Amino acid sequence: MKKLLITMIILLIGTQSCKTDKEFLDVPPLSILTTEIVFSDPALALSVLGDLYNRAVDFTSLKTGWASFVEFSEAFPSDGSTVSTTTWDYGTWGLYEYGYIRDINLFIERLDASNALNAADKARFTAEARFLRAQYYFEMVKRMGGVPLITKSLIYENGAAITTFQFPRAKESEVYDFVINEAEAIKGLLPSSSLQKSRATAAAALAMECRAALYAGSIARYGVKSPLVTLPNGEVGIPSNRAAGYYTIALNSAKAIINGSVGDYKLYTATPDLAENFAAIFYDKSASNKETIFIEDFKAFAGKTHQFTTQTQPFAQSEEAANSDAGRLNPSLNLVEAFEKLDNTYAPIGTRDDKGNPIYYTNMQDAFAGRDARLAGTIILPDALFKGKKVDIWAGYVLADGKIVSAANSSVLQTLPGTASAVQVVGADGPVDGLAFRTQTGFYIRKYLDPTPQSGTRGRGSDLAFIRYRLGEVLLNAAEAAFELGDLGTANLYFNQLRARAGLTTPFALTSANGFDRIVHERRVELVFEGHTFFDTKRWRIANDVWDGTKMTVADLVANIGVATKRNTQPFGLYPYKLHSPGNPNHGKWTYREVLPGRVTGALTFRNGNYYSQIANSLILSNPKLVRQPNQ
Amino acid sequence: MNNKLFTFLLLVVAVTIISCDKDNFEPPKSVLSGRLTYKGDSIGVEYNQVPFNLFQPGFGRIGAITGTFTPEGTYQVLTFDGDYKFTIPKNQGPFLWKELTSNSRDTLIVSLKGAQTVDIEVIPFYMIRKPNFTQSSGKVNASFDIEKIVTDANAKNIQTISLFINKTQFVSNQTNEKLAQADIVGTTITNFSNLNMSVTIPTLPTPNEKYVFARIGVRIVGVEDWIYSPIRKIAL
Repeated sequence: MKKLLITMIILLIGTQSCKTDKEFLDVPPLSILTTEIVFSDPALALSVLGDLYNRAVDFTSLKTGWASFVEFSEAFPSDGSTVSTTTWDYGTWGLYEYGYIRDINLFIERLDASNALNAADKARFTAEARFLRAQYYFEMVKRMGGVPLITKSLIYENGAAITTFQFPRAKESEVYDFVINEAEAIKGLLPSSSLQKSRATAAAALAMECRAALYAGSIARYGVKSPLVTLPNGEVGIPSNRAAGYYTIALNSAKAIINGSVGDYKLYTATPDLAENFAAIFYDKSASNKETIFIEDFKAFAGKTHQFTTQTQPFAQSEEAANSDAGRLNPSLNLVEAFEKLDNTYAPIGTRDDKGNPIYYTNMQDAFAGRDARLAGTIILPDALFKGKKVDIWAGYVLADGKIVSAANSSVLQTLPGTASAVQVVGADGPVDGLAFRTQTGFYIRKYLDPTPQSGTRGRGSDLAFIRYRLGEVLLNAAEAAFELGDLGTANLYFNQLRARAGLTTPFALTSANGFDRIVHERRVELVFEGHTFFDTKRWRIANDVWDGTKMTVADLVANIGVATKRNTQPFGLYPYKLHSPGNPNHGKWTYREVLPGRVTGALTFRNGNYYSQIANSLILSNPKLVRQPNQ
Repeated sequence: MNNKLFTFLLLVVAVTIISCDKDNFEPPKSVLSGRLTYKGDSIGVEYNQVPFNLFQPGFGRIGAITGTFTPEGTYQVLTFDGDYKFTIPKNQGPFLWKELTSNSRDTLIVSLKGAQTVDIEVIPFYMIRKPNFTQSSGKVNASFDIEKIVTDANAKNIQTISLFINKTQFVSNQTNEKLAQADIVGTTITNFSNLNMSVTIPTLPTPNEKYVFARIGVRIVGVEDWIYSPIRKIAL
């Protein structure tokens, strides 16, 4: 027995020790995919690209949650988090992440070096990576102005001088030119199909080019309004003589999408109810939605969902446990007033008549009747339907003498004068001033709210897509570019095409006098909560008028609706009350009051130093070639 | 028992000896302070709105100690001894600062050794002279002169002159730093001497505290920061 064992051991040692050490130790790792392996298989290369898609940055994003939608007085956060602020730090909204750029550059170089992938895959992947890189530079230039343009990976070798890795900022116009040129270069390499939405397409490249050129054009044209917001070498600011060139590029690239040369894109008109139709642009992901061009897609039960619906759904219909999450994003009355009437005129929501007496409405919705369908498509109004159920928004009873009967929440019952039994005196969905998770402005958001059952639970989450580019915006870009070029005929054509979809079928004639205000207004009501408000306000250089740090009164709120520079520093609410006055003909009817939620103590102040976010001191320390932003 | 005590004492002694101060840095002790002046007169600004940078060259890396001036126009920095360069970023402050080229500004060299007071001499666009505040029948009245300091090519016009009152010592155009204000539009001013303004004192949030603070501010066309008079406490 012992002998056998010894023989066995000797045998084992004998056979194994024949291998050289190198052979024995050199085992391919099983948990790491090497660069060669990844770039020899199209599926693996695509998964790397998928990671790059996932890391793309948006200003408002369903990934980062409701809070990225709430700022700028267009909405009130139900927890009152941001409405006591007055000034923004200079560093707010900063974006300066070259790790992502490096990964994209490496991806492009490795694709190029790969021999195992076929040419068609290589061309498309490269074009997609270049699209993402241009998209990211666009995102940076919007926030920071000119940034260093790095288009190849940098490799540090021992002993190399660090100064060769320090790059100065490009001019702001050079970064916009880069985005435009990249889009031109890759549009032919990308597929032209309106069915491909979550990966880059020719239309996505053109939509990016169109928006970038429009931004650059307006900075060139309106930069003169803010002479302090420039740097002498052009890292910030674009010379005004370049405006027309940029606007022409914007108009031409928009036309290429609108005329169908890069895919079958149409405004979404699938649903006869115009408000429902507008809301459906954002939740209909079927092939019939030919409006969306490039989206960030999500998929339920597959690991990529978001909690936007959980966090913003009406409180009483919340699919999460009571008081845990709902109703955080409450659109402001400021925004509601901006939706015009069907005769193309502006009017505040009627609360008092000429003599100062309250106006009474038989139905709550009557106060909002005859308006732009996008109002009810963007915002859940009092008594409106969500998922087939009415929301319960009302602030209390108002008595004959003007006194108000309300309660801390809807389960606290009160007895009205002249009655015997206690009744509910405030809506289950709010508003109660200071009570979180219910609306505190009288409105809930509808845009991006998912009507799918269970999408409001944390477990399932919502898989609504975030729309980065859609045809509606492209039409507005075209209208604005044409207007700035003085081509009012073309501007009116696209402008009214978009408005007709919202039920504003009487054509509106843009003129050189009213055009700017009208375009600013139209972008606000069409594109609110889609990440445009902030950058639009900046590029027109009206941010320091709109957010001038002065508190607002109700008189300010209802005056000058539709004026581009109208102050918008504090989010107001509109509270519905039911008249309790038996015998009065208006008994049981509804009246509204404008209210400034109690938590709104600040007034937004946009300083000259906020136009371009601060380049952190730590970055300037490591790269002294970076020029500081103006006014900081 | 004795043994235990001995061990404990030994430990105490050991810890005392070992914990020398090698790894502890000396905290900064030198205070650099001063105020914004024009020919010896203080210049008032808004709280936290006018920044300054303090560079210390010679260490290879260029980064500034940053801070902002107080409403009275003073500043204070606690730092180490050394040679510093003091400057104010471009387009900040209601005053002119010497420009070297289009993109670089002059700096003030400060050799700091112990506590030191360095006043920052600047050229304001305007000065508010002889401000005088009185209170009568629910109003704060102010009288003052305006002196136009910059009269060359860099001269700028006045947009508005405002009289602010607030409950706290922070008084400015910022929305939470004023209870009430009165304005004079700059284009209506014909004479810069003997200007008078008055503002009605609103219902105070704390009626038992019988005082308000007042100051005059001048907003200059094309300049973000206002220039302010000293703050006065006014008994009611």
